[in-house]
Amino acid sequence: MSSLRFHARKKALLLGALLAAGLVAGCEFPPQESAQSGYRGTGMSQITNKAKAEAIAFANSIPEVQPEADDTGPKASEVYQNVKVLGHLSEGQFLRVMSAMTEWVAPEQGCAYCHNVENMADDSMYTKIVSRRMIEMTRTINTTWKPHVAETGVTCYTCHRGQPVPANIWFSQKDHIAAGSAADNKGHNTPAPNASYSSLPRDAFTPLFASAGQIRVIGKDALSTDAPGESIATTERTYSLMMHMSTGLGVNCTFCHNTRAFAEWDQSPPQRVTAWHGIRMVQGLNATYLEPLKSTYPATRLGPEGDAPKANCATCHQGVSKPLGGVSMLKDYIKELSAPPR
Amino acid sequence: MAMLSFEKKYRVRGGTLIGGDMFDFWVGPFYVGFFGVMTAFFAVLGTALIFYGASQGPTWNPWQISIEPPDLKYGLGLAPLMEGGLWQVITICAIGAFSSWALREVEICRKLGMGYHVPFAFSVAIFAYVSLVVIRPVLLGAWGHGFPYGIFSHLDWVSNVGYQYLHFHYNPAHMIAVTFFFTTTMALALHGSLILSASNPKKGDVVKTAEHENTFFRDTIGYSIGALGIHRLGLFLALSAGFWSAVCIIISGPFWTRSWPEWWGWWLDLPIWS
Repeated sequence: MSSLRFHARKKALLLGALLAAGLVAGCEFPPQESAQSGYRGTGMSQITNKAKAEAIAFANSIPEVQPEADDTGPKASEVYQNVKVLGHLSEGQFLRVMSAMTEWVAPEQGCAYCHNVENMADDSMYTKIVSRRMIEMTRTINTTWKPHVAETGVTCYTCHRGQPVPANIWFSQKDHIAAGSAADNKGHNTPAPNASYSSLPRDAFTPLFASAGQIRVIGKDALSTDAPGESIATTERTYSLMMHMSTGLGVNCTFCHNTRAFAEWDQSPPQRVTAWHGIRMVQGLNATYLEPLKSTYPATRLGPEGDAPKANCATCHQGVSKPLGGVSMLKDYIKELSAPPR
Repeated sequence: MAMLSFEKKYRVRGGTLIGGDMFDFWVGPFYVGFFGVMTAFFAVLGTALIFYGASQGPTWNPWQISIEPPDLKYGLGLAPLMEGGLWQVITICAIGAFSSWALREVEICRKLGMGYHVPFAFSVAIFAYVSLVVIRPVLLGAWGHGFPYGIFSHLDWVSNVGYQYLHFHYNPAHMIAVTFFFTTTMALALHGSLILSASNPKKGDVVKTAEHENTFFRDTIGYSIGALGIHRLGLFLALSAGFWSAVCIIISGPFWTRSWPEWWGWWLDLPIWS
């Protein structure tokens, strides 16, 4: 009897120790850093783990700038054949931005990732067609979407970070997954990183980010009971998208909202305005630039539903509120990636 | 003030922690003691300061009066009086008043030769308050993480702090605390209804005994916890509710900075299915 009790006690101790170890391992220990994002006492603040913040800052360091190029001499369009979007640059500038793009997008694969090295003017590789379109997209972002990207702007590196395919892209996912004969989870309980592993629908992007449209399902009064026309499904989709925006930017809800009145613009931090433009930007880029490339890509680059890879907040932001810590790489490539040639 | 005939018998001298006989007296029905004086001092000062803060603020609407903690930039230092300093002083008054009240309860327990269960239970409530305005702010490095003293404003604070972790209902300690709160109300409802059913019969009916109470639960669920046991259980449930509430807010920020749903990644990563 006593030995039995002893064993039971030992087991309980072991189990307790395992549980305690698990709980401790799941922790982020102080020190934490905090930044206030509202009036004092409102509880609007961003709290980040100092060690994690340092690791994220390191992961977001930027590559060295290519040496300045001579902007005189013949134009790239006169020296090379089939230069469609960068023809207005001097030969030196053209080669400079080509080198930069190789470093940003395909550092291991080199020029041959996009070019037929036997004939650099050849358009037979899909990667070259895509790159050309991406340069146009980058220019559109840097010129017409200044309300979102300001003067900081973007370059290929903002999304690509040395990889031919950016780490944060999305494809459509079937909303309904039939599990057995009776169950249809309606996109719930498939813990998705995009919904911050909550039980919210895993694909809010197809309905909300693939094309232009209002996404807001939001209570406008205290204790509002109904918003005509809004279903639980569209409400959950909105929340799922907001989970993505938070985790994509490494911020919490109070970065853009005073949660006592989500809808009120005059109670919201100014970041909400920037985010509003960002939502429209992503919808525009997906509809105008990214989805139409579907026919250009080989089947291996398409998603399970046959759609092209598309962008969301995390594509550029990658876990920080200002991509690459707010450092402007564009200022060193302003001629190449900003003002489109007239 | 009138005193019940047997009451005098229990008004015994001694048992004080501080002050000896100096404050060992009653005012009407109330025992005073050193800690009674301290409670009154802190409570009056703190309340007066709240009124002063309200007089300097934009409103006398009782729902909207709010004494806010300092900006985060003041860290763990003192803030100017009208920029959170008042909140700091009022916090000291509140902790002083609550602790003095608990120690006054201790003195009364000592006079009566009772256990310290009541002051211990009240201490758990004080611990929950101190968690919010001292422990968590100190761990996060700024008094500004405390909650504002106002009826609506503290609710707005709760909302925003919840949304700091995207979905607070995924906080495991919050889950445990909520479960204890509900279980406490269930236990109290079962206990209260059981006692009334036995000891408050219809006119002309006889009062039933503990045997009836025990038998009711033995018939219903096969077990009765007993007259003493139900109070042990009730105290355990209620204190656990308060304790886990304190844990759930202490870990939010100091020991977890991201979304609470994300914390459950360990479950998804269990070797059973991953």
